Formats: sequence, structure tokens, C-alpha cells
Amino acid sequence: MLQDNHATEIAQILERYPQASKRAAVMPLLFLAQREVGFISRDAINEIAGLLDLDPTDVGSLIGYYTLFYDKPGGKYRIQICTDLPCALRGAEKFSHEVCEMLNIQVGETTEDGFFTLEEVMCLAACDRAPLFQVQGKGGIQYHENMTLESTTAFIESIREQDANE
Amino acid sequence: MSELILFRHLDIPDINDLDVYLANGGFKGLREIVGKKSPQEVVDIVKASGLRGRGGAGFPTGVKWSFLTPDVFPRYVVINADESEPGAFKDREIMERNPYQLLEGIAICCYAAQAQTAYIYCRGEFWDLAKELDEKIAELKDRGFLGKKLFGEKFDLEIYIHVGAGAYICGEETALLESLEGKLGMPRLRPPFPAAEGLFAKPTVVNNVETLANLPPIITRGADWFRSIGTEKSSGTKIFSLSGHIAKPGNYELPLGTSFRELIYDNGNGIPNGNAIKAILPAGASAPLLPASEEILDTGMDYESVSKAGSQLGSASIIVMDETVDISWVAYKTTKFFNHESCGKCTPCREGTYWMFNVMQHIKNGEGTFDDLATLNSVAESIVGKCLCALGDFSTMALTSGIEYFQEDFNAHLREKV
Ligand SMILES: Cc1cc2nc3c(=O)[nH]c(=O)nc-3n(C[C@H](O)[C@H](O)[C@H](O)COP(=O)(O)O)c2cc1C
Ligand code: SF4
Ligand code: FES
Repeated sequence: MLQDNHATEIAQILERYPQASKRAAVMPLLFLAQREVGFISRDAINEIAGLLDLDPTDVGSLIGYYTLFYDKPGGKYRIQICTDLPCALRGAEKFSHEVCEMLNIQVGETTEDGFFTLEEVMCLAACDRAPLFQVQGKGGIQYHENMTLESTTAFIESIREQDANE
Repeated sequence: MSELILFRHLDIPDINDLDVYLANGGFKGLREIVGKKSPQEVVDIVKASGLRGRGGAGFPTGVKWSFLTPDVFPRYVVINADESEPGAFKDREIMERNPYQLLEGIAICCYAAQAQTAYIYCRGEFWDLAKELDEKIAELKDRGFLGKKLFGEKFDLEIYIHVGAGAYICGEETALLESLEGKLGMPRLRPPFPAAEGLFAKPTVVNNVETLANLPPIITRGADWFRSIGTEKSSGTKIFSLSGHIAKPGNYELPLGTSFRELIYDNGNGIPNGNAIKAILPAGASAPLLPASEEILDTGMDYESVSKAGSQLGSASIIVMDETVDISWVAYKTTKFFNHESCGKCTPCREGTYWMFNVMQHIKNGEGTFDDLATLNSVAESIVGKCLCALGDFSTMALTSGIEYFQEDFNAHLREKV
């Protein structure tokens, strides 16, 4: 239960919105749930719906609508390469292709060890630093900018090592 | 180089430290108005400065504030930090490098609008940045620049961060408000406009990050000073996000009206690999592309001139393309973007963005015929002017202008129907 581990945080989130409009807290709460396990479980949906007096289907529809919410577990780390127009002009499509080959997967797939899911995404507001990707994993979202195949390989290895040590 | 009004971190690298900001005139603007000027006086100064919204539409900021329904409270100020236009990365640099100027600008806006609560709607990908801003807001509260009875006067103010979750359409102000209310981010039917019924059905001002960061210097240095920068109808500086085939991509703060040539060649160091420039998208994916003729290169980047040249300045996300680019591929990329980002609320946009992308995919795969160009133009025609929000129109712009100016690039992929 979210309330068991995050009671203070939940209270702080609710405080930001008028009591009569507490539904506004739904996205912050979904993020809170997702941060726990990397996706939003059925139980979390029900709990959040209960907190805000909403219908669980209503809460569930938000997860489908917004691209940063997931209702299924993916790889431990989602590598999201921007291949939108400005980045593509600077070789991002080729870069994505090379990273796929290196990980031995296709866009949208997860590596065999369950570590990395690779996705292509739209503009991340960092077009002057292409090629780049964001990584969604434990905690938040990190940007990795001005990347090469070499620096990406090094990054992947460091994550695998780091995880092995935990 | 002209004076930096917004990108002061280029002159003062530590300006994202509150003490450094204060030592360099920080919060002087807010102090000059709270309890000393009436909200209406502040609105009048901003009107007189000629400041126009930097989020894309270029609407005069002071005029927008004056539309707030009188005598209805509470009111809200919502800051649009959704920055998702392909090629736009300016608000992010303001928030990272000169955040207090934005926060002071928000406070000034709240004072003028008589709002006690502001929400910064920050795109979800800026997760870390949102966390940093959150800490800075807490610090301001501790140091007496936010909270109850500011500077001992009758003015309370809270600023909150609200993080989005990945949807371009949430940059459209009414979709943003829906999203902030915890609903699907889809545009609202207007009227009512946000100034009458915005967030939580209360009078609301929605402004872009860059717009509000202009307020502290406008207050301290005056409307006339601001008007002396830029052109007559487009006053002030603008941050131009320069991307694509350019030697030095990045953000450049320059007076409105600066020519494309100056931005691309003097600031961006020109096109790499000795290639010739072919086309420019001045407003990300959302406005017609311009063939890079000498005349276009000499056009000033202000709202009027770019519009006269056949496009829009929008958020000034300047994407440069060199002679190696196949414009039909550019249209493939922009139609893909809009097909992905259409919220699906209105039929012409939902169906039209799907069809345009579908046909472009077909063409890219070498399966297109010459009839497809007519199909694309007629689908575009069935969208323009018939949608609830501007995304519908946006989705056709790069495509139809691409066909108009560079039809040979499309033709190269097409064959006669058999
Ligand atoms: C599809 C669409 C996307 C938009 N995206 C943004 C955005 O990311 N940031 C922004 O400030 N304005 C965006 N706008 C413009 C806003 O609707 C609105 O005009 C702006 O936030 C008003 O602030 P301003 O007057 O300070 O520019 C978008 C508009 C549309 C139609
Ligand atoms: S024009 Fe497109 S994005 Fe805008 S409301 Fe209609 S369907 Fe949604
Ligand atoms: S296009 Fe990739 S970050 Fe903007």
C-alpha cells in the first residue's frame, strides 16, 4: 500500500490542491506509485481511486493516455532515444539502430536479461545535444546527451555492473 | 552581441544561486510593486512594454491579463513549462540556469493578476529539473520571498510544481488545464476562455516560462526601455532554439527582428561540411517551412516579418536543413509526430493526421503514386480551420509547404498509377 510507506508525501501532494478539486492530485500520485515498482499496478490504481473518490476505470484511462505511465512492467531501465526530426537530422535514427544492434533487440523490445527496454520517442527538448536518450529507471528520469555508440556501451555496462553489486 | 535580458547566466554563471541572484538585482522588481503599485498599474506597465507571449501565439501579455473576469476570486496563474515542440529547448535552459528570474516573474504576474496560487506545469521528462525547482521554491519560502504577507504587505503567494506525463497536446493551454485538474489532457471548447473559467473553473492566466522571465527587468527598467529593443510591434529579445544542420546548435537570445542569416551564420557558425542550406522550419514542426532563399535569410525573425514571409515565428524553434535533406522525409517525420500527438477529440484531426502519416509512409516505402499528392493536399484541406485546437492546422503545415516548395523531392519517390 502506498499509504503505508508514503503517508507524508501523499498528504503533501493533496495539500497543493483545493479540497473540492482533489482529483488534481491524481497524476502526482500515479508518479508516486510508479516510482515504487516501475509501473502502476491494479492495486495502486484502486488505492489512488479510493483516496480521490474516483472510479478506478477513470484512473486507469489516464495511464493509457499519458506516455510516461505504464501499467505493465518493462525492463528495469527504459532507454528512450529521441528520433524526432531535429535529432534525426543529427543522426539519431542511425544511432538508435546501432544501439538496438548492440543490445541485440528491436525498438520496443526488452533485453533477454530483463534489464533494458529500448524505445524511440518524440522531442525531449534537448535537440542541440543529439544524439540523446532519457533513462527511466529507479527513481526519476535522467538525460544522457551528446551520446556515441561507445559512450552508450560504457553506460550500459556500468548499469549492469552496478546492479550486480547491489 | 546585444544585451542579455533572460540568459543572464551567460554573464553571471552562478545566477542559479539565490544569493548571487539577489546580489545582482534579484527580487528588486517584486519589491518595487508589492504594496507600492496597484495590480492595475503593473498590468499597464506590461501592456505598455508591448511584451507578447513567447509560447507560440504571440498574444500581448498585459492585454491577456486584463481579460480576467473582475471581482471573481480565487484566481490562478498557470505557467506553461510543457515545452514539447520539436526543436524547442529554451524554457528548459531558463529553468535550469536562471530559475529565480522565472520565479520572480511568476510572483509579479500573480500580483498583477491578484492570484495567490501559481502552478508550474512542467513536462514529465523534466523530472529532475522539477525537483530542483521544488527545492528552490522551498528556499524562497524560507527566505521570505514566498508565503503569507509578503514583505509585510497584504499579498500571499504559493507556487507549486505540477509534473505532466508525456503528451504534446498538454502544451495547449486548455488541455494543460484539464491535465492539471487530473483529467485526460484534451483541449476545451472556447468560450469560456481561461481568463473567465480556467483552472478549477476560476479566472486563470496561462503564460509561458519565457514570457514571465521577462517581467522582472520590465518592472525595474521600464516599458520604454523594453520597447527600445526589437521591432516596433515585436518588442524585446527572444530566445531562438537553433537545431538541425548547424555547426553550433543551441539557444541564442537576440532582439526580435534579427535576421535568419545572423542567427544561422553569425551565431550558429553556418552549415557543417560545406553544404548549402536548403530550408528552414521557423516554428518547430508547427508552421510552414521556408525555402532558404537569400530573401528569406534576410528576413527578420519577428512575428510580423515571418508571417509575411509565409510562415510563423511561433516559439522560435529554428530547425535548419541542408541540401542533403529529402523534404518528403521531413514531411514523413512531421506527419508521424502529429499522428502520434493528436488527442483524438475531433474527427478531422484524428482521422486526418492518421491519413497523412499513412500516405507518407506509403510514399517513403516506394509505394506512392502521383495521385497521392492530391490526396495529401485534400486531407490537409479537410483539417485546416475545422478543428477544436491549433494542433490540427499545425499538422498540415510542414507537409503542404513541403509539397509547394519542393515537389521534386516527393516526385522522386512516386510513379504513375497502373
Ligand atoms: C498543440 C499546441 C501545443 C502548445 N505547446 C506549448 C508549449 O509547449 N509551451 C507553451 O508555452 N505554449 C504552448 N502552446 C501555446 C499555449 O496554448 C498558450 O498559447 C501559451 O501557453 C500562452 O502563453 P503565452 O501567452 O505566454 O505565450 C501550445 C499550443 C498548441 C495549440
Ligand atoms: S485538433 Fe487534434 S489535438 Fe486539437 S482537440 Fe482536435 S483532435 Fe485534439
Ligand atoms: S528532437 Fe530530439 S530532443 Fe528535440
